[in-house]
Amino acid sequence: MQTNLRWKIITILGVVALAGWSVYPPEEKIRLGLDLKGGVHMVLQVQTDDALRLETESSQERLRSILAAQNIAVTEIASDSSSRFHVEGVSAEQDAEFRRVTDVELLALFTRESGVRGRYAFELRPNMAVSLREESVRQALQTIERRVNELGVAEPIVAPHSVGGDQILVQLPGVTDVARAKEIIRSTALLEFKLVEQGPSATREALLQANGGVVPSGMEILSGVDGTVSPGGMPQNLFYMVRRVAAVSGRDLRNARPTLSENNQPAVSFSFNREGARKFGDLTGQNVGRLLAIVLDDRVYSAPRIDSRITDEGRITGTYTQQEVADLSLILRSGALPASLTYLEERTVGPTLGAASVRAGVLASLTGLTLVAFFMLVFYKLSGINAILSVGLNLLILLGFMSYLDAVMTLPGIAGFILTIGMGVDSNVLIFERIKEELASSKSPRAAVAAGFDRVFLTIVDTHVASLIAAAFLFQFGTGPIRGFATTLFFGLLANVFTAVFVSRTLFQTILSRRQVARLSI
Amino acid sequence: MQIFNKPDYNFFRWRWLAFSVSSLIILAGIGTMWSRGGLPLGVDFSGGSIIVIRFSENVSEEDVRNAITDVDGEKIVQQYGDPAANEVLVRLPQIASEEGSILEEGANAVIAAVEAANLGAYDLLSTDIVGPVIGRDLQQKGIWATLVALAGILIYISLRFRFTFAVGAIIAVFHDILITLAFLLFFGYELSLNVVAAILTITGYSVNDSIVIFDRVRENLRSMRRDRLKLVVNTSVNQTLGRTIITSGTTSLAVLALYLFGGEVLRGFAFAMLVGVLSGTYSTVFIAAAIAIFISERRTTAHGTSASGTKKSQGKRGS
Repeated sequence: MQTNLRWKIITILGVVALAGWSVYPPEEKIRLGLDLKGGVHMVLQVQTDDALRLETESSQERLRSILAAQNIAVTEIASDSSSRFHVEGVSAEQDAEFRRVTDVELLALFTRESGVRGRYAFELRPNMAVSLREESVRQALQTIERRVNELGVAEPIVAPHSVGGDQILVQLPGVTDVARAKEIIRSTALLEFKLVEQGPSATREALLQANGGVVPSGMEILSGVDGTVSPGGMPQNLFYMVRRVAAVSGRDLRNARPTLSENNQPAVSFSFNREGARKFGDLTGQNVGRLLAIVLDDRVYSAPRIDSRITDEGRITGTYTQQEVADLSLILRSGALPASLTYLEERTVGPTLGAASVRAGVLASLTGLTLVAFFMLVFYKLSGINAILSVGLNLLILLGFMSYLDAVMTLPGIAGFILTIGMGVDSNVLIFERIKEELASSKSPRAAVAAGFDRVFLTIVDTHVASLIAAAFLFQFGTGPIRGFATTLFFGLLANVFTAVFVSRTLFQTILSRRQVARLSI
Repeated sequence: MQIFNKPDYNFFRWRWLAFSVSSLIILAGIGTMWSRGGLPLGVDFSGGSIIVIRFSENVSEEDVRNAITDVDGEKIVQQYGDPAANEVLVRLPQIASEEGSILEEGANAVIAAVEAANLGAYDLLSTDIVGPVIGRDLQQKGIWATLVALAGILIYISLRFRFTFAVGAIIAVFHDILITLAFLLFFGYELSLNVVAAILTITGYSVNDSIVIFDRVRENLRSMRRDRLKLVVNTSVNQTLGRTIITSGTTSLAVLALYLFGGEVLRGFAFAMLVGVLSGTYSTVFIAAAIAIFISERRTTAHGTSASGTKKSQGKRGS
């Protein structure tokens, strides 16, 4: 045997060993996609307008308290849109003062337009709006990531879905209670403490009537959750008029955990960080005797009377189950979302279907392999074995690539695997047909093999490049499963160049080098 | 084993018959599309919900239909896969994207209605809920991916061979895509993400076939310098005929295995691949080469030069 040939064989064995080592043990090394393992894939959109609205409203509130402190009178401060608000009734003599205050307080964030009769409009600066939106998406990503991690899902994916956009991709493999997972992810979980100005009242109308049919500016009416325990002790659905802007919010929380209420009902206890403790202490200290609404996502969970100054801890009570209490603590711990989320896409694969797909994929792969192997043996006799070996090695290298790159095997990925079997032998067919032609023009087996491989090499390169182009764009186009398909197709093609040209040729050379072969079995 | 012993068919002679057959199929496809009011888009592209439920007892489509009559919207209830498996697919249209409406409302209503109807134990195999934003996004991405992939292949073939060959190959690809779409329409398949993936794969496969023949043409042009291009191409098609048929055979076998055993999820994909592979083989032999010759001859007559034009390709081969 020539040294050249020996080195080729050693190279091939090396590749086999490397691929085998990379794949073994397959149950651990081959990552299954959601469609095979079961689980849920979601695309969410961050309602970034919420973040703008929050900024606009809190700026109004800040302005209101500063104006009050400086004795500048205005008749109205109200929102026009999520990024715009106006002030009315600035008197002529206080106009300069008003401008000076807003210069300092607002103009970093807002542009100011002055209108007639003491009217001013403030609009969020476009670059501020953009950065607020970006910030809200970034925060939402982090919050969702924390919540998903607390859910204890193995190998979750939380990632931006579109570059620079407001979409977030969440994949939770193996999750069966989809409704719960969704609830946990989506809950805005904005915990707020708002002083009750009027109420509770049994109906919204009663609260409106007391104010001449309109909600006073800076106020809002919130409903309690069903079964809120009123100070009278009767569980009923109540309405509260509270200040729009919260005195203290869940952003100031340090921790939240499940606990029991005084009636031994599941409840959530929370504690504040330093900043939160200071604010909460001020609020409760100055308002002893009043009702404080504990508001979660715009629903009043309870409105206990403030008995004394509280700084460190609080409790949310209600009619909760253990599970709900655990979930609520989890959500509060992971922090509030800066903006609400809407679902754009949701795909769930049950574990039954996933397992069935794996079985179907394996069966189809084995059947395909058997059929193609049989076909090649019938057409190319002993040389067919050569083709089968190179396709087998092609598949092994493909799996090796996949596990080395940590690529995910999906159901369409299995389809790509099967296509690699069918299309992978194409190169062998091209070469074998060419060798047959060369043999027909009465060349010796060895010369025919050499000519066959040499002549077909460029064709193989051309066909593979064209297919690789298609596979690359398929990868660009696809999400999840389709990417799995594009990946298997791509690496199947790459591996095929090696196996069909190099491995197959070496096999022929090995056979032909041993003895004088008079006729090739092809 | 040899399928053909020195085949010598005049494929170029059959080109008009081939064009007519293909045109008929494509026209019938367009007719079918027109009668159904457009391409049947699956939920991936149109938006909407699909819920697949497996019942442990024998539950008919009619039972499910009755159970969910109160759910809003135009519902489609179908047997899913093997009738013995008791699997039913429910499809809901895109709900109006009003402010505050929740995407999964319809799907939840269906599940609640099935639960309430007491149809026995059931298992939710899968739910797919796609909103309008994602649907539109995927439509655009799908069209772009296909067009850009085609452009990439066109450029590659133009660089490696000649522009006229590239045009022939691309027309053949379009032909295969249209034929595949026509058959998908005839057999009532919807365009899903998987089907579009199959179509992109067919693009690569179909071009492969053309390239094998073009490569042979390039090689033959050296030894058959005096012959007309038509003869050279026809000889090349004949010489590679064995390979064309066998490769089509092995790929079809593999895809057939996928179609038969790969499960319901991949049925549309496998069907599209099967049609595409067969159409790809047919178009390579009867369409791609014929168009390449047609355009080459038109161009050479127009320029008044000899028909072979071998110099350019020879030079490339040597480099």
